Amino acid sequence: MLKTEVLDIERVRADFPILKRTVHGKRLVYLDNSNTTQKPKAVIDALVDYYSTHNSNVHRAVYELAEEATDAYEGARRKAAKFVGASTKEVVFVRGTTEATNLVRFAWGEANVKRGDLLVATLMEHHSNIVPWQLLARSRGATLKFIGLQPDGTLDMGSFEDLLKESPKLVAITQCSNVLGTINDITKISAKAHAAGATVLVDGAQAAPHMPVDIKSLSPDFYAFSGHKMLGPTGIGALVARKELLEEMEPFQGGGEMIREVFLDHSTWNDVPHKFEAGTVNIADAIGLGAAIDYLNNIGMEKVREHEVRLLEYALESLAEVKGFHQYGPLDPKIRAGVVSFNFADVHSHDLATVLDEEGIAVRSGHHCAQPLMRWLGVTATSRVSFHVYNSFDDIDLLKGGLRKAGRIFKV
Amino acid sequence: MSSADIYRELILDYYRNPRNFGKLEKFDIDSRDINPLCGDEIEIQIRVGEGQKIEEIKFVGKGCAISQASASMLTELAKGKQLEWVKQVGKEDIFKMLGNPDLGPSRVKCALLGMKVLKTGVYGYLGAHYEDSDGSDDVT
Repeated sequence: MLKTEVLDIERVRADFPILKRTVHGKRLVYLDNSNTTQKPKAVIDALVDYYSTHNSNVHRAVYELAEEATDAYEGARRKAAKFVGASTKEVVFVRGTTEATNLVRFAWGEANVKRGDLLVATLMEHHSNIVPWQLLARSRGATLKFIGLQPDGTLDMGSFEDLLKESPKLVAITQCSNVLGTINDITKISAKAHAAGATVLVDGAQAAPHMPVDIKSLSPDFYAFSGHKMLGPTGIGALVARKELLEEMEPFQGGGEMIREVFLDHSTWNDVPHKFEAGTVNIADAIGLGAAIDYLNNIGMEKVREHEVRLLEYALESLAEVKGFHQYGPLDPKIRAGVVSFNFADVHSHDLATVLDEEGIAVRSGHHCAQPLMRWLGVTATSRVSFHVYNSFDDIDLLKGGLRKAGRIFKV
Repeated sequence: MSSADIYRELILDYYRNPRNFGKLEKFDIDSRDINPLCGDEIEIQIRVGEGQKIEEIKFVGKGCAISQASASMLTELAKGKQLEWVKQVGKEDIFKMLGNPDLGPSRVKCALLGMKVLKTGVYGYLGAHYEDSDGSDDVT
């Protein structure tokens, strides 16, 4: 295979201050991007700049600083909306994908789901797209069922069709599995689910950071993503939903900012999306997310995706040469993101991660907040590497060396 | 921390060939716990003999080399001892038993899971409550 990278890796790497540090005396090889990504200097600078020159509360005061802060915060919302092809009023800033699914659980679910209703998720969901629906099913007396998987880690569309016959109220599905890397055909799934009368929620946490997303063609009712997985700060993410749907929904949290008028016996709500943003919002991190989106757009999401596909192909080919390496997930890069979960002989993933850490290589080990999927795979844990713009073929070569070292220690 | 140091022969041997692995047909104590962070799992069963002695002890589990080897070695240590002995065991004893490997804070939990399960089971049998205060719960 030709070792050509789509991006000018050295230039990209220079944008990320943390990549200059060493770990246990070795160059940091950061391969845990599905967990969280590193931040470019532009994002760090945006946070410092906000606190150094514009800090004040938004949407309240009328002085210059407050105007600047409000402009910057709402500017970030425009960037987030444009990033996924939505309009500004359709983007609610939340803490992250987990808060987004919980917001939908309370603000949509409690009012719309009734006793005996069916909720549907898939076996490849992250806990954040399972547990809120278990809680909703419990509080409303509904049932939660799961779409099964094919042996290659893609969705079993037959089991999906079967569940649609039971007229589910909600179909909650990830666009991309954080363990298998499987990219689901959301356009098709949304269309079928809508035809069956279901509301569709898509967890975009592992997709939005890695590939172009167009909400119009995916056409879910709810789409959620997290800033920290796409080069932005922690504590900020977005719930994207059709304006009319947001307007119909009950509020999530009550307090300042989300109201229009408050009386002693009742209140009326602010316009969307502010109706869902109670209290002082996370201004700085929203602005940081805006800077991350600018950074990604500057590279181009098509290029980000192409870069990660090359890394995926190289990793699958190269790591397969290591004795004891066994990977999970579909082999076709067209339906797979830059995620490789694997086991290595009988070495537990935590033991492997400890050996790799000594080489400066950061990989995720454990159940990846997807215990039902681990049970389906018949494993208690896997190791996982996942890529972003600053990863290189060299990183994969070093990982391969680390695996061989672990092989020697554990006598694989 | 050197991984060659952590994964010395002793730990690998117990991981690959765990002693006292399995379940008891008759038991007086059955205690199980998991480390929610990584999913490591240990279950220990004990048959209590005359004079509150640990007559039989077995464990089953899934997880990393450190958690499984540590639990296995602990069952060997405990066998034949009085239940009171379990109350005296502390994390330093576990580290010593493992040959004092240089574990980082996140891996200490792996090493101490077996002890937590053993203590929880024995304290419960003795009508007491074991409050885990060995630091194995305060590392995230």
